[in-house]
Amino acid sequence: MEEHLVDWSRAQFALTALYHFLFVPLTLGLGFIVAIMETIYVKTGSLEWKKITKFWMTLFAINFAIGVATGIIMEFEFGTNWANYSWFVGDIFGAPLAIEGILAFFMESAFFAVMFFGWNKVGKKFHLLSTWLVAVGSNLSAMWILVANGWMQFPIGVEFNPDTVRNEMVDFWAIFFSPVAVSKFLHTIGSGYVISALFVVGISAWYLLKERDTIFAKRSMVVGATFGLVASLFLFLSGDESAHQVAQKQPVKLAAMEGLYEGKEGAGIVAVGILNEEKTLENDEEVYHFEFEIPYALSLLGYHDPFAFVPGLKDLVYGNEERGIESAISKMEKGKIAVQALRDYKEAKRNADEVGMAEAKAKLDANMQYFGYGHLEKPEDIVPPISLTFYSFHIMVTLGGWFLTLFGIVLFFFIFNKDIVKQKLILLSAVLSIPLGYIAAEAGWIVAEVGRQPWAIQDLMPVGVAVTDISTTNVMISFFMFAVLFTILLIAEVKIMTKQIAMGPEEAH
Amino acid sequence: MGFGDLELLTLQQYWWIIFSLLGGLFVFMMFVQGGQTMIDFLSHNETEKTMIINSIGRKWELGFTTLVLFGGTLFSAFPLFYSASFGGAYWLWLAILFSFIIQAVSYEYRSKPNNFLGKRTYEIFLRINGDVGSFLLGVAIATFFSGSEFIVDENNFSHWQNDLRGLEALLNPYNWLLGLALIFLTKISGALYLINNIDYEPIRQKAILSIKGHMPMFLITYLGFMIWIFTKDGFGVDENGVVFIEQYKYFNNFIDMPIVSALFIIGVGMVIVAVFKTIHYEKTCCIKTAGVGIVMTVAALIVSVGFNNTVYYPSTTDMQSSLTIMNSSGSHYTLTVMSYASIMIPFVLGYIGYAWYSMDREKLTKEEIEAPDAHNY
Ligand code: HDD
Ligand code: HEM
Ligand code: HEM
Repeated sequence: MEEHLVDWSRAQFALTALYHFLFVPLTLGLGFIVAIMETIYVKTGSLEWKKITKFWMTLFAINFAIGVATGIIMEFEFGTNWANYSWFVGDIFGAPLAIEGILAFFMESAFFAVMFFGWNKVGKKFHLLSTWLVAVGSNLSAMWILVANGWMQFPIGVEFNPDTVRNEMVDFWAIFFSPVAVSKFLHTIGSGYVISALFVVGISAWYLLKERDTIFAKRSMVVGATFGLVASLFLFLSGDESAHQVAQKQPVKLAAMEGLYEGKEGAGIVAVGILNEEKTLENDEEVYHFEFEIPYALSLLGYHDPFAFVPGLKDLVYGNEERGIESAISKMEKGKIAVQALRDYKEAKRNADEVGMAEAKAKLDANMQYFGYGHLEKPEDIVPPISLTFYSFHIMVTLGGWFLTLFGIVLFFFIFNKDIVKQKLILLSAVLSIPLGYIAAEAGWIVAEVGRQPWAIQDLMPVGVAVTDISTTNVMISFFMFAVLFTILLIAEVKIMTKQIAMGPEEAH
Repeated sequence: MGFGDLELLTLQQYWWIIFSLLGGLFVFMMFVQGGQTMIDFLSHNETEKTMIINSIGRKWELGFTTLVLFGGTLFSAFPLFYSASFGGAYWLWLAILFSFIIQAVSYEYRSKPNNFLGKRTYEIFLRINGDVGSFLLGVAIATFFSGSEFIVDENNFSHWQNDLRGLEALLNPYNWLLGLALIFLTKISGALYLINNIDYEPIRQKAILSIKGHMPMFLITYLGFMIWIFTKDGFGVDENGVVFIEQYKYFNNFIDMPIVSALFIIGVGMVIVAVFKTIHYEKTCCIKTAGVGIVMTVAALIVSVGFNNTVYYPSTTDMQSSLTIMNSSGSHYTLTVMSYASIMIPFVLGYIGYAWYSMDREKLTKEEIEAPDAHNY
């Protein structure tokens, strides 16, 4: 395989996925917000609420189009760039994607047309139902893809078949109800709701700052901030559960998230800190240049017990007998046995040597759990890029705290009937918080995905094996094609969106 | 008794049929693509253009989603095809995808103020999607018959053997026949759809005119393609999974499977009848007849390469690497799970049909487009 092929393929996947996820969250949350607004309209019959609904719906459509445009490439990219991966796990991973197509995408696309063009063509009730179905459909699409992603983080419900050389599904429900998939789904849709709420609150705040469309803006703001406050709390809870799952299933990721080199009991979380880039597993440099720690928090987050032992990177790479942690070196040895056993099995099969096949199969089964380690070169390879994972995690969590505060403050003014229009500083920070929501969500994905390196499928398949056999130049060219095209489309989207917002609810269409 | 009790081969065949059906539905939905290429030709002024774009624009998502599902089905039901073909014919597929990426934003962005690229650019995007997208898809499907250069190793990892990564399919003139046929077919179905959907005489007249031009071209290219596959050697597979060359394989398939040939012939017949009624009697009905015909014809064509011990994705470098529905499918368990999900398909088709019907009960008119509160593309 060519040098840098994996890097370019990863870069391309990351690029397209990060772009896709710029649009997905708004679809997830704004869909429901619009549906709530339309429900108020249908209940009260107030034309003001119809106008509110239609305005946010227009923004929804602009965003939706580009979400779909970036989505189709994600679907096919597993084949184009991760061909070996696609075969190795195709029928586990592909199944949720296909089911997503049948159950979710069609729901969105069929009712989308009714939602936008049906105002005068179908009854009020059927129209409202369509709006709700679009929202439900988009959240269902998120569910299936996240089940698939959850499986990559924590592969269960499968068995390796040496004849076909791939993993085959044996328990669909185990995959579907995997705790990792569940927490991932809840946390990710939660992030979509928070981003959408920030979007609605921020844009409304902008109108208030401009002192125009005040009734419209205030009403939108109440719906947005209420939705956002509930969603933020939900995001905290699901984030806590995500961390708990990471601690159990991907301890290396957890250690990287906190830059924890040495394991300890009652480990804390660094609230603010600067990593020392000189630090490696082998030297004794300080981990941080500067840090402020919340004691016991990591043990609490990861294990729901303030005194629990959290293994550090050194324990996980070099092993820690006292704590019963196996070293990566020993796992690599077992992995190599598994890889060799697969070869022996093939060899025996070619010679029609049944005994040899059975022996090899037994060896393979015993060590299959570590199959992926057999492809690693050195034990340190199991450590993901630490600073990227660390900073991303901290940015996300800090911003999560800020959003909760912001929604709280905004609602405070409405509940106690104080006029928020005079609070320029709060309004301005609401406007500026719109991009922060996106930053938090992208950071979250970087934690989840970069923290998983070097695995495409945790412990089973490293990225180097997953990649398509293709020359690097091809992937480089397509990377730049995507970068250029998506950037152009993003600029177009932002320009159209800002123009519509500037035109305001009276004129936008 | 459930899907789990069926034999693996039965499930493989069931999924190949679903895949063929999706292929048929997708080609039918490509009337949107065909319509996109004729926006300028069919309109005299900006209002007429807007009418056309809005008429097809309300359907683009459905076709797009069918393409997505088409990919998802392949991924799970025939993962070896998904990895060998998408990873191998990299540029062919990426080119197709790019043409669909630009389609997805064009409707929504075209008429919006401050849209960065200008109205015209989005119209060109639609045109590219219509012509290039249809053509390349036709070429890609034609490789089911002409074959590709790849090897599948003993780990079932695939290796493409041509540095053009899929673009080499364009060097085979026979592949062009299907590509061109698809371009003309989608233009015909696009015109039929617009005739049915828009209640406005000038557009209808021009659409009829376009069909008169495209129908002969379609018949020539499509007939050319059929003659080619019926006279060429095909790839068969014996009961041990050994692939061999069989003379007139594709023709024999139609003889061996009378139901498939019946579907095929009736399907083509329906398209011809639909066109005839439209041109001759100026009927507006006929997208339905043609639509059913297209689904039947395309589905029959795809079914014919999957069934009857045929190779559906031949390798010309290493014949034994060729893909059949038997050696490229997902496991028994996966196909079973998916089959349960497939029970939802009629229900999904039902609500799509209902939404479509309730939107199109009244035909699109000039008044609707010009209404002050219209949400237009
Ligand atoms: C269903 C699976 C799945 C899903 C939902 C996502 N990804 Fe992913 N991601 C992968 C499956 C994957 C992958 C195919 O498995 C990659 C390629 C190589 C690898 O290790 O994982 C990957 C790599 C990858 C990388 C590169 C990691 C590295 O190079 O170290 C980043 C930054 C992201 N992804 C980010 C995202 C974002 C922002 C997503 C939100 C939409 C996202 N991923 C969704
Ligand atoms: C690699 C993983 C992913 C793949 C293969 C993928 C695939 C797709 C595809 C093909 C579409 C277009 C569907 C259509 O035709 O309507 C789409 C849209 C969508 N996807 Fe993804 N997607 C991925 C990641 C995600 C994630 C992580 C989420 C959410 C958590 C998500 C949520 C959505 C939603 C809500 C839409 C609706 C359209 C929109 O956002 O505007 N997707 N996706
Ligand atoms: C406030 C406390 C938060 C905690 C404790 C938290 C925790 C986590 C953890 C541990 C992960 C990694 C999960 C994995 O690797 O599988 C994660 C991922 C993620 N986070 Fe957060 N998070 C918080 C706030 C936020 C906020 C405010 C956003 C965005 C608005 C966000 C968006 C995401 C996203 C999109 C992912 C990737 C999807 C996933 O893996 O679930 N999170 N979060």
